[in-house]
Amino acid sequence: MNIKDRVIRIIAEQAVLEPSDVTPDSTLEDLGIDSLGLVESIFAIEEEFDINVPFNANEPSQSDFDISNVASIISGVEALIAQQK
Amino acid sequence: MKRVVITGAGTINALGHSVDDTLEAMREGRCGIGKLEFRDVERLAIQIGGQVRGFEAEGRFNRQQMTLYDRFTQFTLFAAQEAISQSGIEFVGDDAARSGVVLGTAGGGVSTWDDNYRSVYEDGKNRVHPFVVPKLMNNAAASHVSMEYNLKGPSFTVSTACASSNHAMALAFDMVRRGMAPAMITGGAESMLCFGGVKAWEGLRVMSKDACRPFSANRNGMVQGEGAGIFVFEEYEHARARGAEILCEVVGQAMSSDAADIVMPSKQGAARAMSGALKDAGISGDSIGYINAHGTGTAANDKTECAAVADVFGPHADCLKISSTKSMHGHLIGGTGAVELLACIMAVRDGVLAPTIGYEEADPECALDVIPNEAQEVKVDYALSNAFAFGGLNAVLAVRRV
Repeated sequence: MNIKDRVIRIIAEQAVLEPSDVTPDSTLEDLGIDSLGLVESIFAIEEEFDINVPFNANEPSQSDFDISNVASIISGVEALIAQQK
Repeated sequence: MKRVVITGAGTINALGHSVDDTLEAMREGRCGIGKLEFRDVERLAIQIGGQVRGFEAEGRFNRQQMTLYDRFTQFTLFAAQEAISQSGIEFVGDDAARSGVVLGTAGGGVSTWDDNYRSVYEDGKNRVHPFVVPKLMNNAAASHVSMEYNLKGPSFTVSTACASSNHAMALAFDMVRRGMAPAMITGGAESMLCFGGVKAWEGLRVMSKDACRPFSANRNGMVQGEGAGIFVFEEYEHARARGAEILCEVVGQAMSSDAADIVMPSKQGAARAMSGALKDAGISGDSIGYINAHGTGTAANDKTECAAVADVFGPHADCLKISSTKSMHGHLIGGTGAVELLACIMAVRDGVLAPTIGYEEADPECALDVIPNEAQEVKVDYALSNAFAFGGLNAVLAVRRV
C-alpha cells in the first residue's frame, strides 16, 4: 500500500467509513471527525510511519501540518517522511 | 446553617514554599515556570513546567516516612503544617472525633507508579518495595494528614481531574456549614512532573512548549505545575471562641456537570456552576469583584470561560476583574484550585488582585479585564474561584472579606 492509501485507511477507520468513501478533497468535518478524532488520527499516522507530526490542538491553523483536507494531510505526511527518514 | 471561615493556609508550589512567598510572587507577577528537570526529560516534546525547586525529601522526612510518602504526600504534609500551625487549632476530644480531611488530587502518587513501572518493565526487576500501594494510593495524603494531626472524623479524597481541589473544598465547606464537623482540613495536591506524567499529557497535544498565556490571542496551550494548597475551614463561632485570625469567609459553592464531552468545555456547565455559587452564597453577580479563572491557556477553555462569565454577569462582566494565576504557577491539575484560592484570599483580605502574566495580545473572544501582567489594588468584597475539569465536572467557590 502506498502512503496515500495508508493515510486514507487511517482516516477512514477514525471516521468509521469505508476507505472508498474518503476522497482527497474531503475535509475532516465532512467525514465527521472532531478534535479528539483528529488528535487520534495524528497519533495513528505517527505510529504508522514512525514520524513526528508537529501539531498543537490550540492552534491547528498555525501548525506546519496542513489539515484542511485529506489531500493536504497526505502531502504533509509525504513531506514529513521525506524530511525525517 | 453555620458560618465557615478560613483560619489557616499553607502551600508549596513553583512560586514559593509558603503562603507569604507565593502571594508576594503573585503580587509581583513572577513566573515560576521553567525548564523541567528529571530523568528522561530529553525524550519529551514538552520540556517546561512549574516545578517545585529546592524541596528535598531527604532531611525533611525520616527513612520510614520516605518509604511511605510519594511527592504529592510530601507536598501535602508540608503545606498542612503551615496551615494548621498558622490556625493554631488543636484536635483533641470532640473536635478531634468530628473533624476530618477532604483533599483533591487527580493522579495521586504518579511518580511512584512511574518509578515502579520503570523498575519492572524497563529494568526487568521482579520485585517492588512492599509499600508501593500505600504510597501511591490517591488517599495517602489525606490519611497521613489525619494521622499526623489526630483527625478522626470523615476523611477522604476527591478525584475530579482539574476540579479535584475545588470539589474537595466545596464538600469540606458543606460539612462545616451543616455542623457535621467543627473544622475540616481541605485543599489538594498534585505531583505529575515526571516522565510518565508529562508524556501522558503531551499525547493530548494541548500543551504549550513555551509559556502559559491565558486569554492572550496568541496562547498555545497549558503548562503543568505541581505542589499543594491546604486550608483550615472552621466554624465561625469555634474560631472566634479561640481568638483565631480569620483570613476570609467561605460563603458559597456549586458543582455542575456538563454531561456533554470528555474533554471539550461547555459554556452552560461553567455558567451553571458560577451562578449556582452566587445563589448558594445568597449574593448577586454585581457583588463579585474578582474571579480567579480556571484560565488554562488553551484555545477552548479561555474563550468558553469568558463567554460563560459574560452570560452569568451580564453588563457587570465588564466591571469585574478576572485573572488566571496558572500563568505563574502552572496548572496544578488536581491541586490547582487550592493554590488559586490563595489569590482569592489575597483579593478579599488585602485588596490585591493577582495578574495574568504572559499576556501579549488581546483576544476579542476573551474581552474581559484579565488584569494583564501587573497586579492591581482594588477593594473586593466577594471573589469566585473557578475550576472546570476534563470530564465536564465543574466546581466554583465563593469567598468574602471578613
